[in-house]
Amino acid sequence: MTRITTAISNIFRFYYDGFRTMSWWGKRVWVIILIKLFIMFLILKIFFFPDFLKVNFGSDRERGDYVLEQLTGNN
Amino acid sequence: MIENIDLSLVNWSRAQFALTAVYHWLFVPLTLGLSFILAFMETIYVRTGDEVWKKITKFWMTLFGINFAIGVATGIILEFEFGTNWSNYSWFVGDIFGAPLAVEGILAFFLESTFVAVMFFGWNKVGKKFHLTSTWLVAVGANLSALWILVANSWMENPVGMVFNPDTARNEMASFREVVLNPVAVDKFLHTVTSGFVLASIFVLGISAWFLIRKREEHLARKSILVAGIFGLVASVAVALTGDSSARTLAQVQPVKFAAMEALYEGKSDAGLTVIGALTDSGERLGEKKVHDVKLRIEIPRLLSIMTTGKGSGYVPGLKDLVNGNPEKGILSVSEMMERGKYARQVLTDYKMAKEIGDTETMEALSARFKESDFTDNYFRYFGYGYFEHPWQVVPSVPVIFYSFRVMVGLGFFFILLFILALWFYRREALERNRWFLWLALLSIPLAYLASELGWIVTEMGRQPWIIQNLMPVGVAVSNISAGAVQTTFWLFAVLFTALLVAEISIMVKQIKTGPKH
Repeated sequence: MTRITTAISNIFRFYYDGFRTMSWWGKRVWVIILIKLFIMFLILKIFFFPDFLKVNFGSDRERGDYVLEQLTGNN
Repeated sequence: MIENIDLSLVNWSRAQFALTAVYHWLFVPLTLGLSFILAFMETIYVRTGDEVWKKITKFWMTLFGINFAIGVATGIILEFEFGTNWSNYSWFVGDIFGAPLAVEGILAFFLESTFVAVMFFGWNKVGKKFHLTSTWLVAVGANLSALWILVANSWMENPVGMVFNPDTARNEMASFREVVLNPVAVDKFLHTVTSGFVLASIFVLGISAWFLIRKREEHLARKSILVAGIFGLVASVAVALTGDSSARTLAQVQPVKFAAMEALYEGKSDAGLTVIGALTDSGERLGEKKVHDVKLRIEIPRLLSIMTTGKGSGYVPGLKDLVNGNPEKGILSVSEMMERGKYARQVLTDYKMAKEIGDTETMEALSARFKESDFTDNYFRYFGYGYFEHPWQVVPSVPVIFYSFRVMVGLGFFFILLFILALWFYRREALERNRWFLWLALLSIPLAYLASELGWIVTEMGRQPWIIQNLMPVGVAVSNISAGAVQTTFWLFAVLFTALLVAEISIMVKQIKTGPKH
């Protein structure tokens, strides 16, 4: 148990020290990453990119039937 | 039918996907290649103990980090688009696409959260060998990550290893091995990653040349040019060889794309490969498509026949053969494929109708047909042709593919020459004296990106009108959403990606100007 705790503590310290002593460019790209992920997942995905089949149909069966209709339509 | 589809929706959906993919691909190849260059440099440092190599490695690692961080997750937007804009396609491909992408996701997660962190945070905290191992694992992992994406993409070019389930309207994986060892996937993976190695080598070469032009960091620049020159030369020869192998496979599985790349309308034996040429309108038409003449042609005699058939006298089918058919050469006409595709669609329609009225006996009988080799090999494999009204609709834009291919190949051979010159001048200690070469190397950086993007344009534009070769045209793949919504998100992406690119370039330029830490 002590070994595991020590390992977790070492890993935490490794990342903590890494982020703490990060250079200016490192800090800047992390800001960009966080802004990018925020825009992608909390704005674009939610408001602009809903999954068409998941939003419009309740089950896989309904989704399959819809696509079957699309594939065979006007035949 | 294709005529009933909202072309504006299809075109905006395609434009949006193209925009996203083109921007995404600005970040990826540098990661693929620079990761290996870092691994080589750090290996030299660990083996020699020379601190200069550590400084060199850390400098290029900084640029790798900027590119990696800004590019990370830009590919996920493509997956958003699958679900929103291309829902019929996403459903139809089923787990064929999902399985490789899941493997890629898991690989990328572990790679990014562990070994990249060791690479950047681990200097002087972990042992030299452990750090080096992490750098190598990042390189191998990043390239393996690309493998899974390319496997999924290759399935769209050559769908294999699946069975279509009419009940769920999805393809189900029958053989993971067939999907992974798809000949298109093997060729594409090797060609794509080696082209990434070339791009990264030119990036290192060009920036090192800039240092020499400015008479700064000359030791770092010369050593970097040596590594980039050797790696780039080997990689650019590999790109040429894998490109040749790709073309051979392409001639078998996508003969229309192959003929379009050569603007070859009339099939012939002893076919030469066009090195340079200009397309002009011949006045003739293939359906509603223009037929082009190739003027100012410089060609290598018989090479096209050798590339496709292994024999100089081999017959290479032209677009007219492929559209109108050529029974003598065993080439089915598109009209015949359309008939077979319509029949396959009719079987699926009958299944759907039986399902609607609960006729389980008919459903079972029709479902069994999708597992019979006679039906799958002779009818279902042409399923997508059933959506077309005219045979000429299977012909892509010949000029776009013809010119993109030629510029890409021309640049590929130019890069081989560039690396040879770099190594030649390095060996003669004449890099600084030949400033024209240094400027040429610097100005070649955008050319490397251009060649890389053109490769994808040939691949994806050449595949048109298919999203899945022979099975699903792009027009059938789109979701039933408004073109205006896609147009809005197109511009949102254009702004977002341009901002990311500007951020990347500005941070990178600042870091290059700062140079390595002394």
